[in-house]
Amino acid sequence: MMTNNAGRSYVVTALIAFAFLLAWHIGVQTTSSGGPPLDPEYAKLMGATATTGKSPMPGPLDVGAKLAEHLSQPFYDKGPNDKGIGIQLAWSVLRVAMGYGLAVLVAIPLGFLIGMSPMMNRALDPFIQLLKPVSPLAWMPLALYTIKDSGKSAIFVIFICSIWPMLINTAFGVASVRKEWLNVARTLEVGPFRRAFTVILPAAAPTIVTGMRISIGIAWLVIVAAEMLVGGTGIGYFVWNEWNNLSITNVIIAILVIGVVGMILDQALARVGRAVTFPE
Amino acid sequence: MSIFRDASDYRLRLRSGCSCGAHESQAAHDAAPVSGDNQIRRVVEGAILRAMFPQDEARRNFLRTVGASTAMAAISSIFPIAAATEVFAQGAKPERTDIKVGFIPITCATPIIMAAPMGFYSKHGLNVSVDKAAGWAVIRDKTINKEYDAAHMLSPMPLAISLGIGSNPVPYTIPAIENINGQAITLAMKHKDKRDPKQWKGFKLAVPFDYSMHNYLLRYYLAENGIDPDADIQIRSVPPPEMVANLRAENIDGFLAPDPVNQRAVFDGVGFIHLLSKELWDGHPCCAFAASREFVTQTPNTYAALLRAIIEATAYASKAENRKQIAEAIAPANYLNQPVTVVEQVLTGTYADGLGGVKRMPDRVDFDPFPWESFAVWILTQMKRWGQLKGDIDYQAVAKQVFLATDATRLMKEAGLTPPTTTTKTFSIMGKPFDASKPDDYLKSFAIKRG
Repeated sequence: MMTNNAGRSYVVTALIAFAFLLAWHIGVQTTSSGGPPLDPEYAKLMGATATTGKSPMPGPLDVGAKLAEHLSQPFYDKGPNDKGIGIQLAWSVLRVAMGYGLAVLVAIPLGFLIGMSPMMNRALDPFIQLLKPVSPLAWMPLALYTIKDSGKSAIFVIFICSIWPMLINTAFGVASVRKEWLNVARTLEVGPFRRAFTVILPAAAPTIVTGMRISIGIAWLVIVAAEMLVGGTGIGYFVWNEWNNLSITNVIIAILVIGVVGMILDQALARVGRAVTFPE
Repeated sequence: MSIFRDASDYRLRLRSGCSCGAHESQAAHDAAPVSGDNQIRRVVEGAILRAMFPQDEARRNFLRTVGASTAMAAISSIFPIAAATEVFAQGAKPERTDIKVGFIPITCATPIIMAAPMGFYSKHGLNVSVDKAAGWAVIRDKTINKEYDAAHMLSPMPLAISLGIGSNPVPYTIPAIENINGQAITLAMKHKDKRDPKQWKGFKLAVPFDYSMHNYLLRYYLAENGIDPDADIQIRSVPPPEMVANLRAENIDGFLAPDPVNQRAVFDGVGFIHLLSKELWDGHPCCAFAASREFVTQTPNTYAALLRAIIEATAYASKAENRKQIAEAIAPANYLNQPVTVVEQVLTGTYADGLGGVKRMPDRVDFDPFPWESFAVWILTQMKRWGQLKGDIDYQAVAKQVFLATDATRLMKEAGLTPPTTTTKTFSIMGKPFDASKPDDYLKSFAIKRG
């Protein structure tokens, strides 16, 4: 019965995708321009949108062909401003890894401290609540001005945006460890370090990992915006560069690729989450 | 080569009527076309000969006996003329060769961009990486942070940065202007019957940046037509790459923008070209090659080599016959990332106007490196006119510090070009003359102004 249900859901997914692609394909069909014929010299200087009434929106076939072209040579390097999509992705993932890694290193120990002391929790709460909703792009000018390096600024922005969910979740997880377990530890005269690592950490791990999972999603959202701003390399720069060329085809490809990578990152942490969950 | 007489020719009179000694008179010298490499070789050979035979008599006897070409061959066997020529051509060795230059993907940056694929930088011993930046504020911050050694900027920007308007004051310079003309006012297709600016009340128009010639020219044009650019319409600062998308989405009614944005709007059938900026002020500066004063003074040889490359590239770009080749070199994704035909229409001046006509304006955009100080004074008057700049300033002093006309003169001469003999000139904008020596009177003459 389970497998049957799963099989049916796959069929529905495929049907929805097919219906979407078909609607898209029909939606962008060329509308014949009813206007008077153009002077051939003039027509030669104009784009297809203006002369043949071709929709500026590419169809799924255009996107597919372009995607195949990108995937056939993902690592080409034609100078500082034109690199393959594989290289651009690698840059973005590297930046995310660095910013996010730093955030993990700071958020989890700090979250532990906040979670273990209700006083600190209340004292720091206003700051966290104030800084949490700030958009990545709002941090950028400040980062560029103070750090004086665009690459490091991008990493800083990822750091500052992805730290909050982890911090809050760690603090919450640590604070809500069952009193009974702590009391048992106290009765057995367990030292503070041992209590932190063998009682609190395993108990809070599922909540912490959930925070990490939210954070990686945010980090991946931020990288595109940050790279669009600083330029140079990365998938965000790719989107910006293709926007500059008004190439909707490439922008759609970038959206697809960003989605796939984001999904992979999210699923990786979901797996970690399952590994640390425990039945009560 | 007949245009330049052989320096080792014994018949040559050493004290002829001109400064280089090769022409009958100064007039003939000025009129003679020059070619870089050959001229440099002659100069080097001449200098070596004169050093070896300080006496005129002895040198002439030597040359008469063996013949000029044999003499040079004999000397080159003991003296590395080729190496000396190369050293002379390059000037002093640059302090460092790996240079980063930032640019915005618009045709104004043509000399800066094309110098990379067409080898102007490498000719001067520089390994320059030209990096595309996302917007003017980013390029400003990256240059101030020293991530870029030099950058393509709008010509009012170094003035604003030096004066600390809109950023912290950092002494900035313009060693060379990039392009003159080459901008246009583009309007959305739905306004094709509203060709008179008086009908534009309530429009939303875009310019690339607050401190841009585009902003000042658009304001000037509107004000001359009796429209107050702050009260009657809205002027927004929109980065060039986003302009066409905004025009298509009807967020804006039009823009005064750099190319290829205008031509791209026409290419995609979104807008039409209302007028070219050259119709407002023929020969106006637009973008500039900018560097911090620190870069100029601390690494003078690198700066000189870079500027020499830019000046040569600018001279190359100003020739109409090279434009097609340049369009192909700068259109790919690494640089402008535009269809070649769009870039070609901008550079050759044979373009579709968006209304069904083909126009031919070979001087739609031109390239002239000379940073006239009077340009700076005009920009400063407009900054004051629109309230960006408050209080009194010494126009001439600021202009001199930022627009490095003297350096450009020297390097243009070395590159075999003819620089102007003065650093200021008068010009007129929409028929109204401007005299750089009386900026305050000029400012007072406008009816629509702030403050």
